[in-house]
Amino acid sequence: MTTTRIERRFAALKSASRGGLVTFITAGDPNYELSLDLLRRLPEAGADVIELGMPFTDPMADGPAIQASSLRALRNGMTLKKTLQLVTEFRKGDTETPIILMGYYNPIYSYGVPAFLKDAKAAGVDGLIVVDLPPEEDEELCIPALRAGLNFIRLATPTTDDKRLPTVLRNTSGFVYYVSIAGITGTRSAANADVSAAVGRLKRHTDLPVAVGFGIKTADQAAAIAKVADAAVVGSALVSRIGAHVDERGTASPKAVEDTLALVRELAAGVRRARQ
Amino acid sequence: MIALTASAPAPRNTYRNGPDEFGRFGMFGGRFVAETLMPLILEVEKAYKAAKADPKFAEEMEYYRKHYIGRPSPLYFAPRLTEHFGGAKIYLKRDELNHTGSHKINNCMGQILLAKRMGKTRIIAETGAGQHGVATATVCALFNLPCTVYMGETDIARQQPNVFRMKLLGAEVVPVKSGTRTLKDAMNEALRDWVTNVESTFYIIGTVAGPHPYPTLVRDFQSIIGEEVRWQMAEAEGRLPDTLVACIGGGSNAMGLFHPFLDDQSVEVYGVEAGGDGVETGRHAASLTGGRPGVLHGNRTYLLQNEDGQINDAHSISAGLDYPGIGPEHAWLHDMKRVKYVSATDKEALEAFQLLSKLEGIIPALEPSHALAYVSKIAPTLPKDHLIVMNLCGRGDKDIFAVAQHLGVKL
Repeated sequence: MTTTRIERRFAALKSASRGGLVTFITAGDPNYELSLDLLRRLPEAGADVIELGMPFTDPMADGPAIQASSLRALRNGMTLKKTLQLVTEFRKGDTETPIILMGYYNPIYSYGVPAFLKDAKAAGVDGLIVVDLPPEEDEELCIPALRAGLNFIRLATPTTDDKRLPTVLRNTSGFVYYVSIAGITGTRSAANADVSAAVGRLKRHTDLPVAVGFGIKTADQAAAIAKVADAAVVGSALVSRIGAHVDERGTASPKAVEDTLALVRELAAGVRRARQ
Repeated sequence: MIALTASAPAPRNTYRNGPDEFGRFGMFGGRFVAETLMPLILEVEKAYKAAKADPKFAEEMEYYRKHYIGRPSPLYFAPRLTEHFGGAKIYLKRDELNHTGSHKINNCMGQILLAKRMGKTRIIAETGAGQHGVATATVCALFNLPCTVYMGETDIARQQPNVFRMKLLGAEVVPVKSGTRTLKDAMNEALRDWVTNVESTFYIIGTVAGPHPYPTLVRDFQSIIGEEVRWQMAEAEGRLPDTLVACIGGGSNAMGLFHPFLDDQSVEVYGVEAGGDGVETGRHAASLTGGRPGVLHGNRTYLLQNEDGQINDAHSISAGLDYPGIGPEHAWLHDMKRVKYVSATDKEALEAFQLLSKLEGIIPALEPSHALAYVSKIAPTLPKDHLIVMNLCGRGDKDIFAVAQHLGVKL
């Protein structure tokens, strides 16, 4: 079986013995052009894996920063079709950085699962994270996605106990995303000791890489996570940076890209020094 | 030759055995929630199964229904209304006479008893019109549990009396500023709270929607409405009613009335959605008439949404019906064509609101005013021995300020 971009990237991180940086931005935030510019420049700024948010009107598991980011994108006419187009454009210049689409099920369901999987694969998407599809609903998208050759990355949380973990891990591939707090994105952060223990627990159940997210905002926090996990995920802090350059009428300043990339560079430096 | 594909589904042996083990009513329902909530959802399902099998739970429910809620609620023959329309005999199921003024308490009582059995120490709820928030705050006061109610800012402005009521009852009312600032956004915010406080908190969902097992347990707690109507109508007329009518937002009062009658093929059943400015205008809350299947708030059901799967705003004069979705069992009954789903506009509901006040001395809530608006269309066309039961699921005290404003009256 050929390896996927995600598998290759985590293997490379392992041989470089450093933790990775997974960056989340919302597709089309603040608008299509700036979002594409930002997306293209994330790898050189130090993003190892890119999570690209599919905007949704009702992001129930997300905090205010990502909600606002979704709404900025939607207000500027973002759709799932354009999100896939963004990935197609990105892939013209980058064939190695893994891209994972992250979001909620309804826009995909509305697009039609078979058509979506076909178009996502063709665009160069590597994996999916769909927040409101637990293992109990695997037939909806997870199984078809695996058949289509896409990784389906599952969230494990502090409420996922040892008894349930095998269920959660059963059809997970690529990596496991550990949600370090019971809560929504971009709010509080977990204690390092708790994260370390949780990653250890996950590692007893799976050989997959473990990325940890929720509440990581600074380079130091990212470094602390990268010490104990395979990667740190940062999202709310990045989209907040973008949001800071959007005025009340929704007009974005091009500075949004530079400023966000500056934060990515800091975070990347953080994960790179973590295990030195 | 018999056609293998029929345009209308064949009648079933029963419409009352859903959902399946996956929480599905046909393709609708399910458990579309974040992993953080999933273990708890499974725990709620287990606890509810155990409660249902425990005669003590039934006894407790019976006690509070009788002594606290004030059940059974009367099935009232409305003589002047009947005379006014000049057709079918109209009966009103008086669930507006329950403690707290609506059917919502039937469900809240069941869920808080369940929460207590599960050892939960904090209650959250979402509310639109405030009726569910008031009912939740009430049972929380009764059982001494802290209560947080999420309510959209738009709804807070149009349902001031209920906001004050909830505060009197000791609840914290959190204004929701996201999205359209109505019921849908209140539900998003309640889910965010739940994810954050999952260990301590029980979420009392107000309608027959949300992830499995909520649509089922809310239906079961509300079915007391229809069960009472069965024996009350037998006492009054010696037979089953011919037609049932109820308004539908999420659909809990309607499901409570309909469910015990679904297998009685002679009983015609109408659910009345909120037509807002008219379904053809796009400004409405009629998910079945104007929406298509999608996934939101833990279940697959009919939703108001655009071609990209983004949720559209609902529009209704009634805060309680102002929701872009509907309970999954209704979605299924719609596809099975067992229940007919229709709509009434804001204007029609306002007329019905005034009519019932003048003719029967009963000020209805704006929600059941939609049901009455539909009754006013069919009753004149039906024979005098035709029996209609309309669920008068809430009283209108909470709405008088909003109605006065719509009628251009300064209070």
